[in-house]
Amino acid sequence: MDFSSIVVQFLNGLAGASSLFLVAAGLSLIFGVTRVVNFAHGSFYMLGLFLAYSLAGRFGGTPTGFWISLLVSALVVGVVGALVEIVILRRTYRSPELFQLLATFAVVLVIKDVALAIWGADSLLGRRAPGLSGSFQFFGKVIPAYDLVLIAAGPVVLGLLWLIVRRTRFGRLVRAATQDREMVGALGVNEAWLFTGVFFLGSFLAGLGGAIVLPREPANLSLDIAVIADAFVVVVVGGMGSLPGAYLAALLIAEVKALCIAIGDVSMFGYTVSFSRLTLVVEFVVMAVVLVVRPYGLLGRPSATPRAQVAIMAASRPPRGRWILLVIAVLAVAPLLIDRYSIVLLNDVLVFALFAASLHFFMGTGGMISFGHAAYFGIGAYAAALLLKRAGLQMEVALTLAPVAGGIAALFFGWFCVRLSGVYLAMLTLAFAQIAWSIAYQWDALTGGSNGMVGVWPAAWLADKAAFYWLTLGVTVVGVLWLWRMASSPFGYGLRAGRDSPLRAEALGIDVRRQQWFTFGVVGAVAAAAGALYAFSKGSISPDVMGIQRSVDALVMVLLGGVHSLVGPLVGAAVLTWLQDEIIRDTEYWRGLLGLAILALVLLLPQGLAGARDLWRRKPA
Amino acid sequence: MRSKFLLGAALMASALFTAPTMAQAPIKIGEMNSYKNFTSFLDPYKKGWELAVEEANAAGGVLGRKIEIISRDDNGTPGDAVRVAEELVSREGVSFLIGTFPSNVGLAVADFAKQRKTLFIAAEPLTDKIVWDQGNRYTFRLRPSTYMQTAMLIPDAVKTGKKRWAIVFPNYEYGQSAAAAFKKLIKQQIPDAEFVVEQATPLGKIEAGLVVQAIADAKPDAIFSALFDADLAKFVRESSQRGLFKNLPVFTLLGGEPEYLDPLKDETPTGWYVTGYPWQYIETADHKAFIDAYRKRYNDYPRMGSVVGYATVKTAVAALKKAGSTDTEKLVAALKGLEVSTPFGPVKYREIDNQSTLGAYVGRLGIRDGKGVMTDWHYADGAKFLPSDEEVRKLRPAD
Amino acid sequence: MTVLSASGLVKSYGGVKAVRGVDLRVDAGELLALIGPNGAGKSTCFNMLMGQIAPDAGRVELLGADITGQAPRRIWRQGVGRTFQITATFASMLVRENVQTALMSRHRRLGNLFLSATKLYAEGALALLERVGMADQAERPCSVLAYGDLKRVELAMALANDPKLLLMDEPTAGMAPTERQAMMALVAKLARESRIAVLFTEHDMDAVFTHADRIVVLNRGRVIAEGEPADVRADELVQRVYLGGGTMFGHV
Repeated sequence: MDFSSIVVQFLNGLAGASSLFLVAAGLSLIFGVTRVVNFAHGSFYMLGLFLAYSLAGRFGGTPTGFWISLLVSALVVGVVGALVEIVILRRTYRSPELFQLLATFAVVLVIKDVALAIWGADSLLGRRAPGLSGSFQFFGKVIPAYDLVLIAAGPVVLGLLWLIVRRTRFGRLVRAATQDREMVGALGVNEAWLFTGVFFLGSFLAGLGGAIVLPREPANLSLDIAVIADAFVVVVVGGMGSLPGAYLAALLIAEVKALCIAIGDVSMFGYTVSFSRLTLVVEFVVMAVVLVVRPYGLLGRPSATPRAQVAIMAASRPPRGRWILLVIAVLAVAPLLIDRYSIVLLNDVLVFALFAASLHFFMGTGGMISFGHAAYFGIGAYAAALLLKRAGLQMEVALTLAPVAGGIAALFFGWFCVRLSGVYLAMLTLAFAQIAWSIAYQWDALTGGSNGMVGVWPAAWLADKAAFYWLTLGVTVVGVLWLWRMASSPFGYGLRAGRDSPLRAEALGIDVRRQQWFTFGVVGAVAAAAGALYAFSKGSISPDVMGIQRSVDALVMVLLGGVHSLVGPLVGAAVLTWLQDEIIRDTEYWRGLLGLAILALVLLLPQGLAGARDLWRRKPA
Repeated sequence: MRSKFLLGAALMASALFTAPTMAQAPIKIGEMNSYKNFTSFLDPYKKGWELAVEEANAAGGVLGRKIEIISRDDNGTPGDAVRVAEELVSREGVSFLIGTFPSNVGLAVADFAKQRKTLFIAAEPLTDKIVWDQGNRYTFRLRPSTYMQTAMLIPDAVKTGKKRWAIVFPNYEYGQSAAAAFKKLIKQQIPDAEFVVEQATPLGKIEAGLVVQAIADAKPDAIFSALFDADLAKFVRESSQRGLFKNLPVFTLLGGEPEYLDPLKDETPTGWYVTGYPWQYIETADHKAFIDAYRKRYNDYPRMGSVVGYATVKTAVAALKKAGSTDTEKLVAALKGLEVSTPFGPVKYREIDNQSTLGAYVGRLGIRDGKGVMTDWHYADGAKFLPSDEEVRKLRPAD
Repeated sequence: MTVLSASGLVKSYGGVKAVRGVDLRVDAGELLALIGPNGAGKSTCFNMLMGQIAPDAGRVELLGADITGQAPRRIWRQGVGRTFQITATFASMLVRENVQTALMSRHRRLGNLFLSATKLYAEGALALLERVGMADQAERPCSVLAYGDLKRVELAMALANDPKLLLMDEPTAGMAPTERQAMMALVAKLARESRIAVLFTEHDMDAVFTHADRIVVLNRGRVIAEGEPADVRADELVQRVYLGGGTMFGHV
């Protein structure tokens, strides 16, 4: 590799950074002003790209038509974003902050299915920019002309945003709101319109980020989740609320990626390290390193740290003992009355209930958010499979040791995570989960790589579905009751103390970080137990047991059921699993329906499903 | 105790409800696939199997009964696939399972089939393992595996005489085993071949500009690629924009399948060596009959997926006929050595490893009327691109 | 007996020197008021004493032991209780549970993952609440209490460790005038009874001059006067810089 190659790869990286920056800048603005963690931001990007595909396909034959098509696409997305704010999010600002997360997630599902209905599920590679489809020579190498446009787009938009934020009244309000949300209300500003305006601008940037990559990236339905993950990473690495930070982070990630690809395979001491394979997780590795070294991102400041925490709530009490016994009794006799498939389905419900309960403890009692909870579930599943297949242990032993493995891994991750708080902590959990996922995905010799492992079946006495179900029921009951008990144990009190008021807790001699650290270990072990049960119930596992999707599912279960209630995650797990099983059979558009159902729930029952009971009780009074 | 109770309940239920209708009840086949994840292939695939079902039923069905396919989406994940399989088998009471696309899902369902002693005809998963390392007696596979399709490209690759190879592949089972098979097979023929650069790209997320540049910088004499779908489209566009690889022989697996070739339109890189399906030009009687029926039914031309879906159901029908029963063991016995007529001609399910001898078309890419087509193509019979029986026995555990 | 002594405390933020060499001393059973105009450096001093902020220079000693720059939770273990300017209690818990948590921390029980803690130290908690006059509200959630009552709960929590020193940042802020006097009287009583040293800051001069044994006046990060209330009241510099000609003395 000579010097000119390095320069060319650097320029390629610059081109890649711009679009990423646009999306991240929008996300950062929206978060800074409204404190909404906008999961739908990736969907806005996707929408921008799809719209650009259609508009440019129709009108983009001339340079003017092409560029106007891109701009119009972005504007349309901006309007969509503003509408989402007005119609949905505005009604949720009084709910716990996490509820907005759930609402935006529902928007993701709806937009995905709307896009499916309009554009279909194929990848669509758009037209090349008229007049810019060629390339030019540079140090004897070739650079596509369009890349120059992209390279310029990032800094230009950064400059424009800087002018808006520094030189206009709107910008002053944005800054004020980013630093202190209450202040804006005090300034006598119409907060509603400021929020709508910011949503328009942020969504416009996301749409533009999607539209300008039209000649390079095929539009497809998987972009929403892929892009939102990348955008979160950029915002967090750059430091929340810092636009230059976002650009720097986008650049850093794009360049590290370019470097990995340019290096390719390197042989050292007889081992071959494939850097190109690293591109799978490189952004998460970068994020983990940055957050461990600089807890507030590259250019972030502690003062701007968002307080995205679970709203403080009264400790909810477990249901009465006789109700618990009744539910257990019903669940225990169920296999005698229902068909084999229902047992399998119910087994899944129990496994996910245990998994969701562990996340609920982490969020509700611990006051921390995890975007990477699937890591422990997956580590449990893999530990069980590896101990059974590779170490040749008995299934019972493997099942017992899996939670230990999950707990240890969680303690390891947690040791770094508890040094952070709020969204930063959540993002670091995501980074670790993705790194764990990529290890499972890449380490063919041990984990079976992308194929995963098969033949992970339970011992003979548990081979019958009902027998295994009773085992699952037993583990789940013990696990859930333990989590409930723990919430009112001395440990739970200490943890809640740290959640309610870290200042006061420290002034009472409570080591808040240590309480939180142990929490990682506890929920990691419980989630791993769920993962091990999952592995044995399916007979096979693959890396998707610890993919982002599973973490998101767990979050949805907890939020759907209601963070405020101890039974919430159990209800959420049952409803989501049942819905997924049921709707998927009847319609192609099950995602969108699920999204609409969640939206209805968010708008009608802001306390979650389990909160419906309180609503019911309150009514007669 | 409990099982007796269940048995009693089941007997009563069947006596009450199912007995009178048993004679006319259709034969249920469970079909599962990742329809939402791999639409470009699986939409035509679904049309293909629907056509085959209609034909079979129009001809009076099998064993005097109609065929009914109960189809489910498996979400593209092994966990969901196993659950769906369980639902199909125990709730819907299907006689056996067909379908699946990604390798990990195929392997999970194959293992489920082994555990439940249920027949499973894997339609599309290309992984070599499903019939070899992790093969089992209940699992059969229709499509030529990654190994076979790679082997089909080897004769042309050897003919180029190139020694410095670049390899690019999507970073998961299919791509990895394609790359491994290619390296092994080319080394057998050209012992001093070297692999100057290997790029493993995340599936669906290739950084094409960077990858293309990195390959060019390594100055290879020829390129082997296992990219497909969006990754392939991006790779092609970025290399043509930079004017790279104009004079290099490029071999790309699956590149001639209409699903992945059609989107390239006038950007189709001429001269690339591919495996695929030149539907426009195949004049055999088997294919003629298929394409005419398909066009009549859907007013559209078939894709590779259509052939796979169609041939999968053809296999199921032939197996039922030969077995004369829906009993799993009889079906397994029938599938061993079963001969089936497909649009690509007759194929046989090998006794040694349950792999069918379905082949693929090998040729080069060209452009006609602004569309990508295959030129200089020929049919590569799957039977000729499998390792020796001795090698297969070493790879495959005994049933 | 000297409980707390601080010498030469310095802290600056960026280029701004918030505290420039402050010495302090509090004896057992003594109420020392730290007063000064806004920005005088009171809160910064407080936070350095409690370990929230590490001083740039200087030394803090508790009963002769160096505690400079130690974490708040370690300083608490050595017998320092604290209340905050903006009350900090555990809003999700009952009043009783707040104090129970403090007692569990004192007895190092917070690592227990299995025991039910609802009854743990309940009696001790009630006794502490009794001392601050909050026993009758023990079973109410903290989130519904009046502000003055929250301050008392905070005080009960601060007492949970039998402190030798209480650091109280504006203990009567946000209270009605009658409540203020009652609160300060309670603090004074506790200090005398249990020989606790109390260091507090306060804006309400009535409370300061009625209850403090000694007063330290800060201005621009420096001590400008120190002594008994009568002396401080008479100090000319204090009059000029801070008290603005005696108008704030109220009915004096």
